[in-house]
Amino acid sequence: MVKLDACGLSCPEPVMMISKAMKSGGKEYEITVDNRVSKENVTRYAEHQGYTVSVTESNGEFTLKIQK
Amino acid sequence: MKVAKEKWMIIIAGLVIGVIASALVLLGNPKNMGFCIACFIRDTAGALGLHSAKGVMYLRPEIIGIILGSFLLSLAKKEFSPRGGSSPMTRLVLGFFAMIGCLMFLGCPFRMILRLAGGDLNAILGLVGFAAGIGCGVLYLKRGYSLKRTYRLPVSEGSAMPAIAVVLLILLLAVPSLLKFTAATEENPNPGPGLLHAATWISLLAGLIVGGLAQRTRLCMVGGIRDAILFKEFKLLLGFVAIFAAALAANLVFTAAFSGTYFTLGFEAQPVAHMDGVWNALGMLLVGFACVLLGGCPLRQLVLAGEGNTDSALTVVGLLLGAAFAHNFGLASSGAGPTDNGKIAVIIGIIVVTAIGEFNIRSGKAKG
Repeated sequence: MVKLDACGLSCPEPVMMISKAMKSGGKEYEITVDNRVSKENVTRYAEHQGYTVSVTESNGEFTLKIQK
Repeated sequence: MKVAKEKWMIIIAGLVIGVIASALVLLGNPKNMGFCIACFIRDTAGALGLHSAKGVMYLRPEIIGIILGSFLLSLAKKEFSPRGGSSPMTRLVLGFFAMIGCLMFLGCPFRMILRLAGGDLNAILGLVGFAAGIGCGVLYLKRGYSLKRTYRLPVSEGSAMPAIAVVLLILLLAVPSLLKFTAATEENPNPGPGLLHAATWISLLAGLIVGGLAQRTRLCMVGGIRDAILFKEFKLLLGFVAIFAAALAANLVFTAAFSGTYFTLGFEAQPVAHMDGVWNALGMLLVGFACVLLGGCPLRQLVLAGEGNTDSALTVVGLLLGAAFAHNFGLASSGAGPTDNGKIAVIIGIIVVTAIGEFNIRSGKAKG
């Protein structure tokens, strides 16, 4: 699984990070963001790419598990 | 389903905002200027005595309303999040030059849409430049451009901009004599757009609603085109299109129903606009480029400042400084056209923004 830390970054950077990572064609990613906009945008992008996304929130940070 | 709901939300928000913008003109704002973040910050700079251009002085309640609308809704939705520290001085400089570009064109991206909806075809040149500028910014994003991460900050820090907005509102309502306002005289009955405005409470209410809607939907004029180019994601662009469609329809209805004219198709004699296509395009190229590097348009910066983002608050200060400089040093265009000083400032702006892009590309070797 590829793990990415996008905390503190604002969009479009978190989406660009996951987009770049997905070019490797992997099936499982985990990305941590710390704002709702990034959570929504990364989720929308991953779902558009055919992945399913599950989100867990802890202490203001969102961990998105992205799987195909 | 969730994606469809998001798209409908932004379309509805865009439609409401478009109608509000046209209604503000009907109720007193300058033509094609129901909302213009750049013009309104410029007028506010004049009201605070930061420049002395007598035609553009008014403390626009819409700006206060947008900040407070975003602040109140973000509090209610538990999204108020004080943060900052992502290259604040660079953002201030980008905000400064974004304003220089706006005042070359005579409008922010929001007003560009409203000018199009009022039939002002000069704004098409602005739109071409704007899209080109966003394209330039996207090239830097693809090369790894980043202003680095933000950090959480104390509530007092994040509340500073909303608090300033409250103070400005109190000044406007309680001690307006402290402020400067555009005034008509016998010799000059039409001194400039600062004279034209809707009633204070209407402008404030409009700002609160637009600020709240923009906070909920993340509406951003720059983000729409940027995301369409980068990810083929059209959600934000739908808001852009909805504002245009609603403002156009409202302008046509108002023209048919009332005595004034709110839609005039053409290039000539458009309100608060000039016909120099090259500089309309270059001004908006600078705006699009700078705003992609900032992460959002001037409206979005106000909304983020209301949510507690101090980087965006400093960007707003940069916009205010840019407006003051533009009028103190003859950089702003007028209906007669752009000035030589303004042209030089826009060229310098494009060079500075390009340099900021180059200096902030993350490489494998870079630290921090």
